[in-house]
Amino acid sequence: MTGKGIRLELTLNGKRQVATDVPANTSLLGALRDHFGLPGAKNACEQGECGSCTVFLDGTPVCSCLVAAGQAQGAAVGTVEGLADEDGLSLVQQAFVTAGAVQCGFCTPGFLMVVRDLQLRARGRTIINLDDDEVREALAGNLCRCTGYEKVIDAVRAALADPDVPRRSVGASG
Amino acid sequence: MEFITADSWTDALRIKTERPGAAPIAGGTDVMVELNFDLRRPEALLDLSRIRELKDWDVVGGSVQLGAGVSYTRVIEELADRLPALAMAARTVGSPQIRNRGTVAGNLATASPAGDAHPVLLATGAVVEAESFQRGVRKIPVDGFFTGVKRCALEPDELIRAVVIPTAAGPQQFSKVGTRNAMVIAVCSFAIALDLDARTVGTGIGSAGPTPLAARAAERFLVGELDWDTLKVSEAAAARFGKLVAQAAQPIDDVRGTASYRKHALEVLAVRALGWIRGCA
Repeated sequence: MTGKGIRLELTLNGKRQVATDVPANTSLLGALRDHFGLPGAKNACEQGECGSCTVFLDGTPVCSCLVAAGQAQGAAVGTVEGLADEDGLSLVQQAFVTAGAVQCGFCTPGFLMVVRDLQLRARGRTIINLDDDEVREALAGNLCRCTGYEKVIDAVRAALADPDVPRRSVGASG
Repeated sequence: MEFITADSWTDALRIKTERPGAAPIAGGTDVMVELNFDLRRPEALLDLSRIRELKDWDVVGGSVQLGAGVSYTRVIEELADRLPALAMAARTVGSPQIRNRGTVAGNLATASPAGDAHPVLLATGAVVEAESFQRGVRKIPVDGFFTGVKRCALEPDELIRAVVIPTAAGPQQFSKVGTRNAMVIAVCSFAIALDLDARTVGTGIGSAGPTPLAARAAERFLVGELDWDTLKVSEAAAARFGKLVAQAAQPIDDVRGTASYRKHALEVLAVRALGWIRGCA
């Protein structure tokens, strides 16, 4: 593909980062993976069907495969790599580990981002008392081909309900 | 390919005139799929997502003027009272992530016969506001907007500025058939909007013809059969209404369903929608 590459500047997981020569037809997903070295968001369907590329774009969960890289110019982008901190896994990540909501793991980054969004909205009280149908609706844009969704929903319940879900080290199994 | 950011609406119109081959992109939920699969190689992408003027909606003279950049999520959260059927249709679009980006104007510009907003826009008598740098604003009634499969009345130098949708003046319904609740392209869909002041009925059929269609004979029939005070119709009239809706469809057999199934399903959807509307009385 010929044409001018773009200089892309993002606030990526809180840090200002720049990539040069990003082809204009590249998606935000492609830019994150190939130009910013963040392979956490996964490339699966490339049509918004599977949700495995979900990231936060200025605070809103989106399919990064459906955002042109240039549309994110100057934006704050949050990826799964930004969830854990020096103290270990985030609450949402730990809930997935504890519930055994991970099998092959390919869909997990996308699920983690939408559950993180649910958690933030629950804390902001824009949602309260989610029932299972509402949780399923919130997760409707994310496909898992291994586990089914029961353990994922268990993890969501744990992440939303219990602020004291025990933290374990990254290697711990569910 | 080049990436061009439009900073203002005037800027966007000027660029579209100079570069009619530039592909407008807002939510990107249709355009990016085509780029990702290399189905389309436009000379440039014209990004409309930063244009502030497109991100608002307003109520003007009994209609909602819905800016081209307003997402489905915002339609659901902010307009469910004024535009109930559009909010119902918006809830069936894709997934939360898609609804956070996708727009009604983008749905129109893609002009898929299966676009979820289209039956509602037909049923409510919406008007598309297209604009070009040289010729100004052109108001295109939705029933003249779709010209073929994924084709619409927009000229190469025109962009959609807003969609003007009459505020609900009576009960409205939208329903859609698909294989699951989310991420579904409609097998078929149906919308109905009653105007209790004007005593008119509007309908829209999706995914059952080369373009979205209105069932005009069914509308006229129901106007005469409906008791406008109680919103009741006889069972026989309701059944006839369903048949007239099915007759208005022009479906084909394709990967999502057969033509005969679509006609049958539309008849069922139309009768059910009428039942839900009577429930509103």
